[in-house]
Amino acid sequence: MYSMDQLLQFDHVSKVYMRGRTALNNVSLNIGSGKIIGLLGTNGSGKSTFMKIAAGLLQPSSGHVTISGTPVGLDTKSIVSFMPDRPLTEAWMKVSDAVAFFQDFYQDFDVQKAHNMLEFMNIQLNDRISALSKGMNERLQLTLALSRNARLYMLDEPIGGVDPVARGKILDAIVEFYNEDSSLIISTHLVRDIERIFDEVVFIRNGEIVLHDEVENIRMKHGKSVDEMFKGVFAE
Amino acid sequence: MSIEFDNNLPIYLQIMTYLKKEIVIGKLRPGDKIPSVRELAAELQINPNTVQRTFQELEREGIVETRRGLGRFVTSEEEKIMTIKKEMAGELLENFIKGMQELGFEEQDIVAIVTDAVKP
Repeated sequence: MYSMDQLLQFDHVSKVYMRGRTALNNVSLNIGSGKIIGLLGTNGSGKSTFMKIAAGLLQPSSGHVTISGTPVGLDTKSIVSFMPDRPLTEAWMKVSDAVAFFQDFYQDFDVQKAHNMLEFMNIQLNDRISALSKGMNERLQLTLALSRNARLYMLDEPIGGVDPVARGKILDAIVEFYNEDSSLIISTHLVRDIERIFDEVVFIRNGEIVLHDEVENIRMKHGKSVDEMFKGVFAE
Repeated sequence: MSIEFDNNLPIYLQIMTYLKKEIVIGKLRPGDKIPSVRELAAELQINPNTVQRTFQELEREGIVETRRGLGRFVTSEEEKIMTIKKEMAGELLENFIKGMQELGFEEQDIVAIVTDAVKP
């Protein structure tokens, strides 16, 4: 069943890799519009696989994935903006080249928004990408991903491996520049720093969804932060 | 504006309490414009829908009112603000009395202790 406020729908989706490792196991999940969702799990829990399938970069072994009712494929690529955990830019590029590259590649790329975001991020168009620090590079990748006019944004570990200052700036930018009609899925295992920007969280463990709830519900029902809940669920 | 959030409690309630306090102590005056959802979310680094929910609840309680096309404002009804002040005081009192009773104090002891404590 498809309704207007269902944006992303996973219906009994499994993914088994060539060597037989099951990355997703019978995942069914609905994500609504206008939400910021935390996709939370430890390394290797299936977060990236989930995102790559939603982005149409990986085929599920079984099950169906739709975005706004359309099966994931060429048609949905134009409404999904995905920031993978590895940069999409090349080391030889300047920031201006990366912006031009995105502009060529995506019709929905908003150059003005990119320039505004770069200014917010303190990144110059003339900067060489190879000279950017890890934190700065994350800011650039985020800028490129959020400057598209998409329905669904997915950020794979946007705050992984960056210092707390850069982390703060990245969170600021997300709240400031996020388009409220769309949805944003953010995968991370760093829950504490980021839990206040989520509407909902999805806990994924060993390729299975173990919890999907509104964050305020979690606080109300359990009197716990999402971080504590996370630690409880993922304790070895 | 700065709030030390406790992630163990619903965030929208914490912002509500914070804004009510600002209103009660007069930092936000009757009729003052309050920040937009977007502004407050960005400032506090929190989810915009959480702020939205805070404002909806404050509106429901009549503390904040929306004027079409202009934004949200603190109510100009001073009695409303007085009521909130009393409610907040009531909550503090209730918790205090409960805590004292749990420690084994009787009513008159509590009164005596408070009287003693507020003496200059």
